[in-house]
Amino acid sequence: MSMTITEKILARAAGKTSVRPGDLVNAKIDMIMCHDVTTPPAISMLKEHQIDRVFDPEKIVVTPDHFQPAKDIKSAQLHKRLDTWAKEKGIRYYYPLGRAGVCHALLPEQGHIRPGEVIVGGDSHTCTYGAFGAFSTGIGSTDLAAAIATGILWFKVPASMKFVLNGTLPKGVCSKDVILEVIRRIGTDGALYRAMEFTGPALKDLSMEARMTITNMAIEAGGKNGIMAFDETTKAYLDGRLKGKTDYTVFQSDPNAQYVSTEEIDCGKLEPMVAFPHLPSNGKPISQCKGLPMDQAYIGSCTNGRIEDLRIAAGILKGKTVQIRTIVVPATPVIWKQMMDEGLSEIFYESGCVISAPTCGACLGGFMGILANGERCVSTTNRNFVGRMGHPKSEVYLAGPATAAASAVEGKLADPRNYLK
Amino acid sequence: MTKAHVYKRDHVNTDEIIPARYLNTDDAAELARHCMEDLDAEFVKKCKPGDVIVCGDDFGCGSSREHAVWAIQGAQVGAVIAHSFARIFYRNCINCGFYPIELPGAVDQIRDGDELEIDYKAGTILNKTQNKTIRFTPLPDFALDIIRDGGLLKHIKKK
Ligand code: SF4
Repeated sequence: MSMTITEKILARAAGKTSVRPGDLVNAKIDMIMCHDVTTPPAISMLKEHQIDRVFDPEKIVVTPDHFQPAKDIKSAQLHKRLDTWAKEKGIRYYYPLGRAGVCHALLPEQGHIRPGEVIVGGDSHTCTYGAFGAFSTGIGSTDLAAAIATGILWFKVPASMKFVLNGTLPKGVCSKDVILEVIRRIGTDGALYRAMEFTGPALKDLSMEARMTITNMAIEAGGKNGIMAFDETTKAYLDGRLKGKTDYTVFQSDPNAQYVSTEEIDCGKLEPMVAFPHLPSNGKPISQCKGLPMDQAYIGSCTNGRIEDLRIAAGILKGKTVQIRTIVVPATPVIWKQMMDEGLSEIFYESGCVISAPTCGACLGGFMGILANGERCVSTTNRNFVGRMGHPKSEVYLAGPATAAASAVEGKLADPRNYLK
Repeated sequence: MTKAHVYKRDHVNTDEIIPARYLNTDDAAELARHCMEDLDAEFVKKCKPGDVIVCGDDFGCGSSREHAVWAIQGAQVGAVIAHSFARIFYRNCINCGFYPIELPGAVDQIRDGDELEIDYKAGTILNKTQNKTIRFTPLPDFALDIIRDGGLLKHIKKK
């Protein structure tokens, strides 16, 4: 029977030769991501139910990120619960402050993501790891507790939607613009309960960093997972990086695998995109919305806080002065160091940006850049819901790093293509 | 008396149900004080134990925070009826032993303030105010088992 990558991975994890969409399977979990918001409650639940077991301390990665360094007493308490538990259970890959980073940037960077595996995390953007040809999805605290204890979770096999990325991205257009266009077309529940499989020639030119930006936002279309096939770029990224087990199985979709729909995107025709409040599906091409005044620019998060994003932003900010508050947040300590070594920090400083420690921070309205009543922020994050970055009457405009940087320079939504020679 | 609080909205998301500024705690009673705050700041005052939230499509989209379900449970909301639910929220509800009722067209069949009586077993909602019975598709058996056991962890322990 022909299957998609998603189906093949779930079949393998469930010990079956084949599965079809709609099947309920019990799948073995290969890796679990734990952070400071959803894991402490999971730990408490396990205690409350007197479940002491951790299925495999080598297959759990723990990193505080949302409110770290602790923003207040309550979050410090969360971190303490996480820290005590991780040490008590001998969690091998625990990244405390100084090594901790935004989870979805940290895990791939530190070599915890392998193709063909089933990965779950107590965070909706866990779908990011699908860029490596893995099945990866977000879960809540109870599922997390169950996964930690048993290493098994039930899944309904999702039907797959295919997104063919054709052409080549024009200069000044980044992978964020591609995924904002996809979500604009299908809506925030356009892929509800579905696997979103991205393929096509445009993918070949994209780095792993750029690919992760796309799979990261699968959840913004309601998707259960986003997934991309393994290729040379994937291999090059993984080589020398994988921690623990270094072998993996590569699955590819069969040529006649079944898809519920196929959407073609001509990437060559795309413009930089901005998603207006309060839905990620409110995307507009920059030519139709430039000039709208902003109060803040935010460059960071699991969507666009990687080194490539910081390079793109710095390329535009070089020699310019920002007109609005501009916050740069490298997603992990390694990215932070790279940013220093490459001289990007200097550029950010000279242009008037502030650089923060790796954290989720203001992306979810936690701290480090909260918006006041009526303020507008152009942000490289993934959600622009009501109150997402602060006051319920503040507004978030989602964009790629190039657009955010150009807008910082002009103090209003701006076309980054004007800054590229 | 179970009263309906109808929001004719799609995509009511987890940031509206429980804003991230309160995620530095997982205490249900504290979360409950801010339930639905960014959608309707008056909600907690209006909501009496057992009352029902009625919404359109894609309820609970966004983050995986189970805090959204705990806030709703903590506020003693009896049920959420929506045209459809976001996947993680739906799963979290079942895992917490809370029944998500999927009912296409709910916001047109139920008016704000209507008095309801829900029969989960039969899959019916009696709208006492309008004097009519609405049917919904009950959850599949495996999900009902989890809810009956009081949530996933109790269910696992039992097994
Ligand atoms: S950076 Fe933002 S979206 Fe990503 S995990 Fe952190 S809070 Fe969530």
